[in-house]
Amino acid sequence: MNPSRQHEGRPIVAGEADGTALVLQEPLSLAFGMSLETGRVADIRAPQLGALITGQILVMPVGRGSSTASTVLAEAIRLGVGPMAIVLREVDEILAIGAIVARTLYGRGCPILVADTADFGTIRTGDRIRIRADGTYTIEPAVAAPKPGG
Amino acid sequence: MTHLALEDRDRRVLRGRDGRAGQLAMEIVVEMAEAVGARQLVDVESAHVDGCLAIGQVSADFPELLAAHGGRVAVPTTLNVSSLDLLHPDLSERDAETRDLAGRVMDAYLALGCRPTWTCAPYLAPDRPAFGSHIAWAESNAIVFANSVLGARTNRYGDFFDICAGLTGRVPLAGLHLSDERRARAVFRLHGLSERLLASETLYPVLGYLVGDLTGTMIPAVVGLPASVSEDQFKAFGAAAASSGGVALFHAVGLTPEAPTLEAALAGRAPELEIDLTLEALVAARDQLSTRERHALSAVSIGTPHFSIGEFSDLRRLLRGRRVNEAIRFYASTGRQTHAQLAERGWLAELEALGVQIVTDTCTYVRPFFDFGGGTVMTNSAKWAYYAPMSVGVDVTFGSLAECVESAIAGEVARDDELWRPSP
Repeated sequence: MNPSRQHEGRPIVAGEADGTALVLQEPLSLAFGMSLETGRVADIRAPQLGALITGQILVMPVGRGSSTASTVLAEAIRLGVGPMAIVLREVDEILAIGAIVARTLYGRGCPILVADTADFGTIRTGDRIRIRADGTYTIEPAVAAPKPGG
Repeated sequence: MTHLALEDRDRRVLRGRDGRAGQLAMEIVVEMAEAVGARQLVDVESAHVDGCLAIGQVSADFPELLAAHGGRVAVPTTLNVSSLDLLHPDLSERDAETRDLAGRVMDAYLALGCRPTWTCAPYLAPDRPAFGSHIAWAESNAIVFANSVLGARTNRYGDFFDICAGLTGRVPLAGLHLSDERRARAVFRLHGLSERLLASETLYPVLGYLVGDLTGTMIPAVVGLPASVSEDQFKAFGAAAASSGGVALFHAVGLTPEAPTLEAALAGRAPELEIDLTLEALVAARDQLSTRERHALSAVSIGTPHFSIGEFSDLRRLLRGRRVNEAIRFYASTGRQTHAQLAERGWLAELEALGVQIVTDTCTYVRPFFDFGGGTVMTNSAKWAYYAPMSVGVDVTFGSLAECVESAIAGEVARDDELWRPSP
């Protein structure tokens, strides 16, 4: 696979981003699952409890649970502790409205993109992801896989 | 790429016919419609707003912006819990800044014409949405109840979109507003549960927690529930499934209105997931809802979602006139409508005399304002058990309502282990 191949995503909230992926294996509810004080995963049941969300490209299948996740995402963006962008496998309207309201009120964006299932599965924590406003994006693996025999 | 076809009346609102607030709300509705690939908008009959809970500055900024531009709801719009109990203002401690923010948020939504219902269980009111009607509700437990038990149609709407739908009366015709999107995609079958457990109120939050965790965002159909399942039990099931998963609609085969048969629930298609739920899986799920067992008990919290009058009747029956232990704080959260019914029946004074503190307008887990006494908190709500360790930082012991009551009287966690044993 060409690591910098251009992928076609669906922009749910359009915008540009260039950052590092934090891949969550399980859906996270931002409602009480992200700390606005620390910008980290705060869900005690989450496999990645304590992982830093601030400034990362948050990659997870979809959100879960409470409608309050919209407010927490918007407040996190306002405070400057939100993710740089979000890449999902399914549309999540609760996250989308949070990003739209933060942009409307504070002029600060958090692009949200829905990736193809196959592409989504190739993203690893630490990969560099570049997202364009039209929803196209590239994934650059953090470390090239070691080749057998050097 | 689908194309969104707006009606002339929508375009007029977008051009500012209803003022800047209506225009802004319609811009957001249209952006969401494009995001979800809707071809048109649909009228909603009501909205339920979750955004009135003060989480931070943004909670006030958005409704205040809409109110400053003269926004006014176009359809009946109810309000979810806030951060303040206006009927019991001294019940919990808050600093002036927190009170000020909570008050600003509440005032802004009232200025927009929302009704001061302050409840997470708007479906307990007599004017419920009709079967098949389109509504725009936020608050995950209200969404799942409206879709599943009432057969009304709402997507999983988040804070802020709820008020945009209230101001415009319009939402994207997509997702659960469409018949085809309402079919079950996962099937869960119950096996080998005792009659006593099937009749017990505590099975339903545990089952909802387990199904929500397993199904994620797929619509589940549950097979094998008894005909005796009450609305209160569905309420507990839905609230749990909407916490552990992204469940906005479930079908209980033979019981809920869109699932007369499994085939009907599946709309004749094959499920993508089929799971048999055993007693062992349910016991494991129940255990996961407790953070700590046998830790000194200091409080009990019930009423998440807000208690119904029927649940208060159960509480009275279980208390049998006995007093809550003096060392235990016992909170029961409910809506104002139910609160008024309690007063009319003389139950309010009776429950308070027995040591039950009624909480209205808010809920004990949403913000860290209530005194839980430092020990473990017992609850019969899977939703409370799921969120409270994170939202208010307490240890939780999950149990049935009967276990909560017996524990509150004894002053320590009392268990009925027989309930979860295999049937003989």
